[in-house]
Amino acid sequence: MSQNPAGEAAARPTPGPAVESVTPDYTAADRFASWKARWGIGRLGCRIKPGLYALGTPSAASRVFASANYRLSFDALRRNLKGLDAWLLVLDTKGINVWCAAGKGAFGTLELTRSILGTGLEKLVSHRNITLPQLGAPGVSAHRVKAYTGFSVTYGPARAEDIPEFLRLGATTPEMRGVRFGIMERLVLAPVQLVIFGKYLVPASLLLYFSGLKADAALTAGALLAGGLVLPALLPWLPGRSFSVKGALAGLAVTAVLAPFLGLDAYQLAARAPICAAAASFIAMDFTGASTYTSLSGVKKEMRAALPAQALSLLAGLAMLALKRFL
Amino acid sequence: MTLKYLPGVATLKLATARCTGCGMCVKVCPRAVFVIKEGKAVVTDADLCMECGACAMNCAPEAVTVTKGVGCAQAVIKGFLRGTEPDCGCGDDTSCC
Repeated sequence: MSQNPAGEAAARPTPGPAVESVTPDYTAADRFASWKARWGIGRLGCRIKPGLYALGTPSAASRVFASANYRLSFDALRRNLKGLDAWLLVLDTKGINVWCAAGKGAFGTLELTRSILGTGLEKLVSHRNITLPQLGAPGVSAHRVKAYTGFSVTYGPARAEDIPEFLRLGATTPEMRGVRFGIMERLVLAPVQLVIFGKYLVPASLLLYFSGLKADAALTAGALLAGGLVLPALLPWLPGRSFSVKGALAGLAVTAVLAPFLGLDAYQLAARAPICAAAASFIAMDFTGASTYTSLSGVKKEMRAALPAQALSLLAGLAMLALKRFL
Repeated sequence: MTLKYLPGVATLKLATARCTGCGMCVKVCPRAVFVIKEGKAVVTDADLCMECGACAMNCAPEAVTVTKGVGCAQAVIKGFLRGTEPDCGCGDDTSCC
């Protein structure tokens, strides 16, 4: 912490009861809460109380950082401010992360304005600047916030881990502004996809297994893994731009890998392959929502072609199965 | 490697005449769509745009426009079923992202 001149120390505001203290420490309990959030367990428990927090012992000159009241967003911020005294302004985003909340406007101009005015921030700090995560920008209009509150908005880096470097340089670099979507960023999002579709496909697979349809049980689980795990893992390397094509190919690849173990003849396998591909394709298409580079216009265009294709593929497979059984 | 989605679909438009070259769009864009050249913003590759709307929100002279939306299949399906705009349903009791 920097030394305050004697005169300034007296003028320093003492955090009132409205300001809670918070540490930059990341404990085992935090790690467990983060793991639960990734698996979609008790996500309602992921909310941080909105309001103003004091990290360390901030003064009137200390920087103000804004965040969402989603645990992972808030933790990412405070962990990367180690050794710093700062004010943390937590907006009420209904427990949603910065990026998604900004998309919906919950992390937005009005909530930021309300939060700045409601916490009495202008009485606590002598400057008029607030640092926002860059990914909050889709919801926040910096020039309007300035007009409403007098506070100017500085957009920090996209990722909290770049904050120390951002503070050192005093600005973001092009690298800090990019959303990375490397294999680790993609795989960390796979569990949620597996949970969403596993809800239906795991019981279906078990039902098939205990009905004696072991090959179908394996392919059902295979389709889930193809769309929910293989797609995120191999996203840049699967051919095509649309997720549904990538997913269909992953589904076919998984069918091919499983084929030697299924004990099915060529016809039976050929009937199941389009079903598996359609299911994997549908699951894969859902990953557009988790990805960091798809546009709404693009997703709409993709779906207009993909949904009929998936339906036809499914029906073709089922027709082939029915044909063999009933003729 | 830069992942790119479908080409030729982004709704991003830049009215260069209104641009003041403040550089806000460069700072907020997570896809490096803009650069400043000779005091004006220039779109490098519109196919990189994910229509997040950050540029338009933060463009004081309103030179940039884009139809903002979430590129999420689940949101499109939900919107279609409910007869509303695409909505990812990250509301009070659920979270998709």
